[in-house]
Amino acid sequence: MKKLLSGNEAVARGVFEAGVKLASAYPGTPSTEILETIARDYRSIYCEWSPNEKVAFEVGIGGSLGGGRSLVTMKHVGLNVAADPLMTFSYTGVNAGFVFISADDPDMHSSQNEQDNRIFAKFAQVPFLEPSDSQESKEMMLEAYEISERFDTPVMVRMTTRISHSKGMVDFDDPIDAPKQKQFDRDVTKYVMVPAHARARHVVMLEREERLKKYVETSQFNRVEEFGTELGIITGGISYQYVKEVMPEVDVLKIGIGFPMPLEMIGKFVKAHKRVIIVEELEPYYEDIIKSAGMTDVEGKIYTGRTGELSPHRVAQSMNKAGVLDYSTPNGFEPGEMFARPPMLCPGCPHRGLFTVLKKLKLTVTGDIGCYTLGATKPLEALHSCFCMGASIGNAIGMEKVNGTGSGVVAVLGDSTFLHSGITGVLDAVYNKSNTVIIIADNRVTAMTGGQEHPATGRTLMGEKTKEVDFVKLCEALGVESVRVIDPLNYDETMTVVKEEIERPGPSVVITDKPCVLMPKRIMETPYEVILDECNGCSACFRIGCPAIYPSKEMTDRGRPKAEIDATLCTGCTLCAQICLPEAIVLTQIPEKVGS
Amino acid sequence: MYENMTNILIVGVGGQGVLLASELLSEVAIMTGNDVKKSEVHGMSQRGGVVSSHVRYGSQVFSPIIPYRKADIILSFEQSEGLRALDWLLPEGKIIVSRTRLVPPSAHLGGLGYPDDPIAEIKAKNADMIAVDADKMALELGNPRLVNTILLAVASPFLKFEKAVWQEAIRKLVKPKFVEINLKAFDLGCDLAQPKSVA
Ligand SMILES: Cc1ncc(C[n+]2csc(CCOP(=O)(O)OP(=O)(O)O)c2C)c(N)n1
Repeated sequence: MKKLLSGNEAVARGVFEAGVKLASAYPGTPSTEILETIARDYRSIYCEWSPNEKVAFEVGIGGSLGGGRSLVTMKHVGLNVAADPLMTFSYTGVNAGFVFISADDPDMHSSQNEQDNRIFAKFAQVPFLEPSDSQESKEMMLEAYEISERFDTPVMVRMTTRISHSKGMVDFDDPIDAPKQKQFDRDVTKYVMVPAHARARHVVMLEREERLKKYVETSQFNRVEEFGTELGIITGGISYQYVKEVMPEVDVLKIGIGFPMPLEMIGKFVKAHKRVIIVEELEPYYEDIIKSAGMTDVEGKIYTGRTGELSPHRVAQSMNKAGVLDYSTPNGFEPGEMFARPPMLCPGCPHRGLFTVLKKLKLTVTGDIGCYTLGATKPLEALHSCFCMGASIGNAIGMEKVNGTGSGVVAVLGDSTFLHSGITGVLDAVYNKSNTVIIIADNRVTAMTGGQEHPATGRTLMGEKTKEVDFVKLCEALGVESVRVIDPLNYDETMTVVKEEIERPGPSVVITDKPCVLMPKRIMETPYEVILDECNGCSACFRIGCPAIYPSKEMTDRGRPKAEIDATLCTGCTLCAQICLPEAIVLTQIPEKVGS
Repeated sequence: MYENMTNILIVGVGGQGVLLASELLSEVAIMTGNDVKKSEVHGMSQRGGVVSSHVRYGSQVFSPIIPYRKADIILSFEQSEGLRALDWLLPEGKIIVSRTRLVPPSAHLGGLGYPDDPIAEIKAKNADMIAVDADKMALELGNPRLVNTILLAVASPFLKFEKAVWQEAIRKLVKPKFVEINLKAFDLGCDLAQPKSVA
């Protein structure tokens, strides 16, 4: 049977066919659908959302040590969080097969950076595979588990957004007879990484790399496609498809296993061709390794560039620049410069109420990663930093230590972000006597990545009921003396509480308690409308940045546009009505309800 | 290089159902024995941003994204997004645009605003365009989501698949209780594709 699957769905299928027992992850675009697919379609596999990638990775290690093939998935920046266990797990090696997915995001479709994790695999000295379409995404999962067990190593599979989210045809096979559950071997010299043991394991790890170097020379996933051209191209991952698209009949060495690299195969390929060009996205990863192996004539990054995604167009332009392809930008239509359509907070989003108040109070807000990061966009512009998950709290503490108490620094982070890596930040605020106000924008879901459960939602990934974290008790237990819960869509209450907490000495935590308007349930209440005769065109409602509010064709005497509300978008959150001085915004009168 | 390959670009705004349309089209291409790839980017784009889906089919597809300016057909769920996507169209390609107008609040905040009449601009550039009131028709049929099916139906005469295949794909992918209304929407869209009824 063949089916049209995304790269992520194909990974899930591969995991199922490989007889995997356990899968753990923290969500992150573009990796999220892998575990969602497993939870939905392959119910025999235990799977969980862990609070963060480090825990997910450690759960996966546990699964492997316990004797079941295990999978851990994350987006590229997730590997930074999981780096600590990874670096040492590479020393110990596995019991049952262990594979982790790094889903990189060239072009930052939904990320804060575009780090190239191929370099990370090399740093950790773990082999990695790089699929170039959905079919390979499935096949390479089976291969990755084989390599993991045969060479006693964690294995990375490196996806990119284009591979994860593009669909292609995939052959379905039956699950293999996965190796029998292996007993955990209480071998302290292998699994207890005290210095004496680790020194010995480091040697084992280097020997493993030598054996892998031999293996990759013969692997079917590294291959040469010959047409007899003088030009040879070395490429892998999605770039391979672009090369085939623009130069279908050029000799290609396709890299499927990117660490260690098949240097003998590459050496022969380089010798056999007059000119060799490397086509790879982001960093000169292949290029640096090939050049440092003495093949200094190969070319690459001078043509392809180091930022963003490649595309057929960019590859063709690069090859034109290299003088090996006659290509110019095709004729077509020029739309001219277009307005931007930036992502924004949804109509009715509870985060909007919070940011409207923070903006009014002119506070410096250290931010974090989630939907609420959109508080930084126009017209709110009420969030002023965003680095990595959990950073807001430490940033606020440091800023306040430098600028002095009373500088009015507020940290804002979401519920999932707080559980991911905010708890230790609160601990620091208490321990080191910070005066910051930490606001947990709790919308009861991991909204940005599509509404996943987390430890405070009361449900697991597999759909079971479970305990919910109590944020108030948790923060009190960490030593915060003032923990307050507010309705972020109540403007006056939010204003009062934030002001009081800013003035109070010592750290405080404010928790908002309105759920996301989209997930898990769409919230739609009676919409509001503008009484145009009452509207004075002051534009206060425009400045909260609600997609449901737009300028009317009707103008005030002074030529300012009045406001109108799109009834199909308005969720009835009331925020605009609360800030409208002339009280021109009112609940829509629904005829049949009048008089009842 | 591009013979034997059809490239369709479907564009719109987050939440409009762009991905549903590309699923249906891909299904039809698979049912008729093609290799198919499609590509779209999820993520931030769902918060009211631009959404685009590339669908490619033929005997063998390499790149999941359409080479620049090689789209045979563009389906746009929104006027200005049709104009924006025009950049991708083959000079002899066809663009089918729903007259839906979605103006983001950021377009009122100064800077570059929403174009006055994107449809007129597309026409002025001499692109081969069909503009349809797909959202009004969908609402009249009782479900705004039907814009999907209507736009695909308008495109269908140029895609050379039998109507029966489209109908089978609809039966396969659409929830049973919505099948009838989708088939009806498809019929309406096919009628619109006739040049005489085009505005
Ligand atoms: C280390 C890391 N893991 C995952 C992500 C992906 N990610 C971005 S925002 C987010 C969830 C935010 O959820 P929450 O804090 O509840 O805020 P909301 O979006 O619900 O407002 C995730 C998982 C990331 N950016 N970095």
